[in-house]
Amino acid sequence: MTIEVKNLVKTFGSFKALDGVDLKVDSGELVALLGPSGSGKTTLLRIVAGLDWPDSGEVLINGEDALAQGARERHVGFVFQHYALFRHMSVFENVAFGLRVQPRAIRKDEAAIRARVKELLDLVQLDWLSDRYPSQLSGGQRQRIALARALAIEPRILLLDEPFGALDAKVRKELRKWLRSLHHEINLTSIFVTHDQEEALEVANRVVVMDKGRIEQIGSPDDVYETPASAFVHGFIGESIELPVQVEGGAVRLGDRPLALAAGGAAPGASKLFVRRHDMLVGPPGSGAFEGAVQHVRNFGPVQRAEIALSGGKTIEIDAPRDKELRVGDTIGLQPRRYRIFAGA
Amino acid sequence: MTMQIVHSGPVTSSNEKTRAREAFARDNLRTEPKAVRIAVITIAITFLTVFVVLPLVVVFAHAFSKGIAAYLAALAEPEALAAIRLTLLVAAISVGLNLVFGLVAAWAIAKFDFPGKTFLITLIDLPFSVSPVISGLVFVLLFGAQGYFGSWLRDHDIQILFAVPGIALATTFVTFPFVARALIPLMQEQGTQEEEAAISLGASGLQTFFRVTLPNIKWGVLYGVLLCNARAMGEFGAVSVVSGHIRGETNTMPLLVEILYNEYQFVAAFAIASLLAMLALITLIAKTVLERHLDEGQASDH
Repeated sequence: MTIEVKNLVKTFGSFKALDGVDLKVDSGELVALLGPSGSGKTTLLRIVAGLDWPDSGEVLINGEDALAQGARERHVGFVFQHYALFRHMSVFENVAFGLRVQPRAIRKDEAAIRARVKELLDLVQLDWLSDRYPSQLSGGQRQRIALARALAIEPRILLLDEPFGALDAKVRKELRKWLRSLHHEINLTSIFVTHDQEEALEVANRVVVMDKGRIEQIGSPDDVYETPASAFVHGFIGESIELPVQVEGGAVRLGDRPLALAAGGAAPGASKLFVRRHDMLVGPPGSGAFEGAVQHVRNFGPVQRAEIALSGGKTIEIDAPRDKELRVGDTIGLQPRRYRIFAGA
Repeated sequence: MTMQIVHSGPVTSSNEKTRAREAFARDNLRTEPKAVRIAVITIAITFLTVFVVLPLVVVFAHAFSKGIAAYLAALAEPEALAAIRLTLLVAAISVGLNLVFGLVAAWAIAKFDFPGKTFLITLIDLPFSVSPVISGLVFVLLFGAQGYFGSWLRDHDIQILFAVPGIALATTFVTFPFVARALIPLMQEQGTQEEEAAISLGASGLQTFFRVTLPNIKWGVLYGVLLCNARAMGEFGAVSVVSGHIRGETNTMPLLVEILYNEYQFVAAFAIASLLAMLALITLIAKTVLERHLDEGQASDH
């Protein structure tokens, strides 16, 4: 099953939630919609599910016009951020719901429904909870039940709206891995919305980065991390150092201090220089494009994070290996291993 | 060892003193002096006794003042039986109508956004803010002989005022807010996600309502129905205006109580009144039980 949206526009009052979005998801893909809150990612997902309607544009599921159908006819599995389990039904009945409300002509008999629910609860590894009520489950268990319930109707596509957003960090990491292997197992075309870049990069085949109702970049996790298409993507994904610079005749200046960096193809004028924190290499004073004084050092797992006051006034944070000796007050030279320059102030 | 014990004596006692002083200060922060506490509690209990318990006792005392036989005889009077029947009928009609209206209104307000929503919420409260007598008069103005629909009704030989339809209408109007009021906050709090989930799982609108929405609000519905019913059976003002006081025909229990009392038939008046008082007690108990269920429903949310 493929999903395709074309030139989708949706406004809420004067707020443009979606501003001309085009996206194609291939069969069997697991795509992450990644962006800050208010970027339109949830709106896009809800429109694909039929829970919201666009002002204009097209939605095609498997090549068919989905906007001609309501949510009920679309056969789409939807998983909500806050689970939306039916609180007065047992886990079993929650999962069975989609099977019980089918039109009589195609509805399975009780034995078949029981078998199917059992199979789904086994799939999410929670068959031992089938008599419990949602309020008796942990957040992670609730979300897995919500997923089993969505899968019960054998949906054509699966949509997940911040599925792990309400869970604590440890459970989230476990479920992430679990979702990836589950997707591998059932191979259902899926879109999931997240504002957590780590989640998107770890789980998805492809990442769609959104901001202000527009798609900023579509690409593999490596693409969006290694070659961000815009200043926004660079700033949003991975931890970046961002410096306002001037590009003039192929040379780069920070304030009035020329930097020993090539401007590459960057257009002249006010620009932004982006460097990943761990791509700033520490050397003796005068050895790199930048120079600065160490202000503060903390250890963060495998790296040490140092606050450096650059000559020129700006303060940046870098990640250096633990074995690099950094002392507060030292003056050091810094050379970016890799960097990117985007036009615009 | 001895030294230590000798030493520790005074230390402990001074510690205890400090602790006692701290505890006193703590208590002082939270509660008033004992005298004030006793005074406040006494006033509250006295007030409740005089204004709530005593009247209730008096009702039953008067009802049984001539013995249980006289009490039962008073209730077995044809007039009394007619009033009980009418009251039950009117309550059934108005509770039924308000159940439907209340559900629809609460559903519309809690789950959808539309222009004029605030106005609709205000409108629902109107019957609470208007004197019941005025509510009754409205129906006289509408359906009375001189009213807007009066001549049309006479031409078609339809009797609304001074008959069961008028009483039912007035009662329905007065009790309209109960079900809607009980449901709106409940449904607003529950949001629309479960309904959205149901629809995306292929449920139709009706299936969603009966399998998801209604079970979630059932205690709220019962709560609203209970209060609505209590008020419908006890309504006096509005019904008094539209009923016409035709004995054995359009007298509800509260109206009959007044008539009997004015005719110095105290046992009969209080016998009927005791039924209404019992209804109140049952309502109170049921209300407590339902409130517990409602709280549980909300607590199990998280």
